[in-house]
Amino acid sequence: MSPRTRLRVFVVAGAGLLGLLLWGFAGLPDFGHYAGPYGDILNRVAVHERSSTDIVTAVNFDYRAFDTLIEEFILFAAVIGVASLLRALRGEHSARPDDDVPGRHVPETSLAVRLAGLVLVGPTVLIGLYVVAHGHQTPGGGFQGGVILASGLLLTYLSADYLTMRRVGPTWLVETAEGLGAAGFVLIAVGGLVGGGAFFQNVLGKGTPGTLPSAGLIPLSNLSVGLAVSGGFAYMLAEFLQQTLVRRGQARGRRRKGP
Amino acid sequence: MSFFPYAVAAWVVLIGLYGIVTSRNLIHLVMCLSVVQSASYLVLLSIGYKDDAQAPIFADVPLSTPAVDPVVQALTLTDVVVGVTVTALLLALAVQAHKRYETLDPEDLRPRRRR
Amino acid sequence: MSDLAPLTVGIPLIVAAVLVGGAWFVPRRVVDVASLLAASTVAVLCALVLAKASEGQIVYWFGGWQPRHGTAIGVAFAIDQLGGGLALFCALLFVAAFVFSWRYFVTVGPLFHALMLVFLAGMLGFVYTGDLFNLFVFFELMSVAAYALVAYDIEEEGPLQGALNFAVTNTIGAFSILTGIALLYGRTGALNMAQVGSALAGGKPDGLVIVAFTLIVVGFLVKAAVVPFHFWLAGAYSVAPTPVCLLLSAAMSELGLYGLARVYWTAFSGVLDPGDAGLQAVLVGVGALTALVGAAMCFGQRHLKRMLAFATVAHAGLFLIGLGLFDAAGLAGTALYVVADGCVKAAMFVSVGVVQHLRESVDELRLRGRGRDLRLTGPLFAACALAVAALPPFGPFFGKSLVEKAAEDAGLWWAPVVFLLTAALTGGALVRAAGRVFAGLGSAKDPIASDVPGPREVDPELEYRHDRVPRTMTVPAIALALAGLGLGLVPGLIGNLERAAAQFVDRPAYAASVLHARPARPPVKAPSSSPSLLGVLVGLASAAGALALAAAALFRSGLRSRALAASEGLAGALLARLRAIHSGLVPDYVTWLIVGTALLGGLFALTLSG
Repeated sequence: MSPRTRLRVFVVAGAGLLGLLLWGFAGLPDFGHYAGPYGDILNRVAVHERSSTDIVTAVNFDYRAFDTLIEEFILFAAVIGVASLLRALRGEHSARPDDDVPGRHVPETSLAVRLAGLVLVGPTVLIGLYVVAHGHQTPGGGFQGGVILASGLLLTYLSADYLTMRRVGPTWLVETAEGLGAAGFVLIAVGGLVGGGAFFQNVLGKGTPGTLPSAGLIPLSNLSVGLAVSGGFAYMLAEFLQQTLVRRGQARGRRRKGP
Repeated sequence: MSFFPYAVAAWVVLIGLYGIVTSRNLIHLVMCLSVVQSASYLVLLSIGYKDDAQAPIFADVPLSTPAVDPVVQALTLTDVVVGVTVTALLLALAVQAHKRYETLDPEDLRPRRRR
Repeated sequence: MSDLAPLTVGIPLIVAAVLVGGAWFVPRRVVDVASLLAASTVAVLCALVLAKASEGQIVYWFGGWQPRHGTAIGVAFAIDQLGGGLALFCALLFVAAFVFSWRYFVTVGPLFHALMLVFLAGMLGFVYTGDLFNLFVFFELMSVAAYALVAYDIEEEGPLQGALNFAVTNTIGAFSILTGIALLYGRTGALNMAQVGSALAGGKPDGLVIVAFTLIVVGFLVKAAVVPFHFWLAGAYSVAPTPVCLLLSAAMSELGLYGLARVYWTAFSGVLDPGDAGLQAVLVGVGALTALVGAAMCFGQRHLKRMLAFATVAHAGLFLIGLGLFDAAGLAGTALYVVADGCVKAAMFVSVGVVQHLRESVDELRLRGRGRDLRLTGPLFAACALAVAALPPFGPFFGKSLVEKAAEDAGLWWAPVVFLLTAALTGGALVRAAGRVFAGLGSAKDPIASDVPGPREVDPELEYRHDRVPRTMTVPAIALALAGLGLGLVPGLIGNLERAAAQFVDRPAYAASVLHARPARPPVKAPSSSPSLLGVLVGLASAAGALALAAAALFRSGLRSRALAASEGLAGALLARLRAIHSGLVPDYVTWLIVGTALLGGLFALTLSG
């Protein structure tokens, strides 16, 4: 379709779609009048049953922990997918990390920026670890904390340079972290099996709600997921940067025959 | 007022799809896809909201305090992660497309015909 | 014993994680062994799960969260016979795929195998689950792994474009499913399929229910590649590595239709009456349209993998006709057809992979006669092509004739005509290809074939470069072909399938088993139906039609007839219009998706409300 035809078709079809969606949404309960039983039941029982004061984390890592396991593996699949899509191809070589645009003058990072980065990386990592560890008490958890940890690595790249970032987070470290975190999460699931219950059954003691060691397996799951997420995002980050800054040359197909 | 969040969500779907259909840049297309996915977060969170209720964190409030639905928040968390991962994959494809063909225009990426 | 079901998902995931975590010191041989071992173990576990499910539906609550007073608070696997059988089928396909990629497939590190294992876990969980959001999450897991696998040969231009189209359209489909699930949650306050079904049952289908149904159906139809959501498929399936192709074509498309059937029967069948003629008409009509469009495009292809991809689209249309009848008979026939057709298509993809490996091309015209010395692959491909044309007594014939009988019983007298045309066209294209490539028949030109040649040189995916075909390729092809061809003859299978289908469509029994732990017993043995005489005649006719079409295409220079020339002209014009629509541009495909959603929603609104 030519762009103009496509736009005209879209306007008509889009109007139909909009009408359809609005008609469907009209059947929902009014905003602010949530009615369903699922959330209310969990709000009432979760603190007592799981000693977790953050119900959202309890839902994510206990009641519906299986969803979270698969979600973690979606992240895992995407990370190794990105790694496989951006892998070194034949005909490409690694050069000194440099800006992709030739001839552009890249000034050296100023001392003020480096200092700011240095000062901020520590608290960032600390906050990330705090968010991971306290997911069962206050808003947070493995995913959120893991992303904060990965952003610590990004901060290193932004305030220093690519080589420093590579020294702080080498490939083997982030790849291993990712794999171990993901494997750890599955093992926790299986551990529930081994402990005599079902997959993901919470077999550790409950502890007192509101304290750090409580809520059974949830803190361990959070740690495992935090490791996997931070490793995964750091790995993806490194791959993207490597592809644009380091890899040069035209990827060759394996064989070329004739015109 | 009670229908407004859902209407906004439907509108966000439309403008995201409009962006994809008229896109001339792959990165813009991927971001529009992200916009479309964010409409689902809006719908989910709006469904779970309760008037005069607080967040489902009972760290320092009595258990009888009314709280909003925690399940949709957990679903949205999962949804966000899924959306981010797909975006990452598509951006990797965009990076490769730019590297190989020097273009990010979807119109230029049609299958080549060789005579 | 019932813990085996989650292990089938857990084992591939943990092996994948360990392979990646230990990537730096795990040699290639270990990666191959580990993946094959994992897939084989999973296949054995799936067989055990199927055996257990045959005694009564397996319901497994994760974390031990049993339902309270009939309200589900955890996530469940609800495995019945059809689900168990489909999961076993997928696991066996993976074993075949790993055997094919044993040792010779060019990979870097363990990434390919890890992605395949994750893909396996995604498929199995998708089939087993009994929770809507869990279904969505597994759907996304399958999809993300598939996007990365399709784009694996990133050095070529085809995989890049194909993967882009695939990823964008299927992500919009997944978003559609999620919005539908959100709507259902807003109405019923539940995510468990049985509970949603119980909550909706007996009510009137209002706007929310119809729109939720539309959105969920659209998402699954995108995955199943049904017109007008099918455009992405040919571009993706034709460029994926061969082991991935066979998985995509034989399993993933069919899982989209399984998802549709499962969600309908567990959640919607109480409120959207399965006897509603309007509901049947819409889906059967869409299926018929898909079958004919797919078959036409298939006949006009010269790229062997694209030909098989469009055959997949056409058959997806036929499966949808079977499902759209909304009764147990149609479901049983579709199940048999899906498995038999899947095996046969997988065998053909492997054969094309063999040809690609040895002759470095997948273009039918350029390969003319160059497959003459492939004494095993040639006849195998030809036999499978005839099976696609529904020649009795092969597996696909049995499945097709069961669906045809169910359609006639439902009053659709025109269904056998659609089936005949589709089987003749797709089978004819494949027989023609077999004749041209393996026997050297016909000329090197074909006026109605697409003028887009297959890629000029196709880099072989495998390093092993002798003129002998390695056994790791022929063994899976033979095994798959035998399975597909002989499936209909397995004693008692059809009876089992019919009982399993009767269990699948029984919503109240499913809900009782999941929510109230009242185990559902499979219904009593009834004499299994066999193809009618009419069915056999239709099968023979479609096979004859396929041979006739192939002969007309191959020997056209020998037949001088004005009718032939006129029909070629007509076919050429029609195909040119169709091909122009398949432009390969992402924005075009997304526009068609929106058009399809709006039309489908409008049709459902007209037929279902009031």
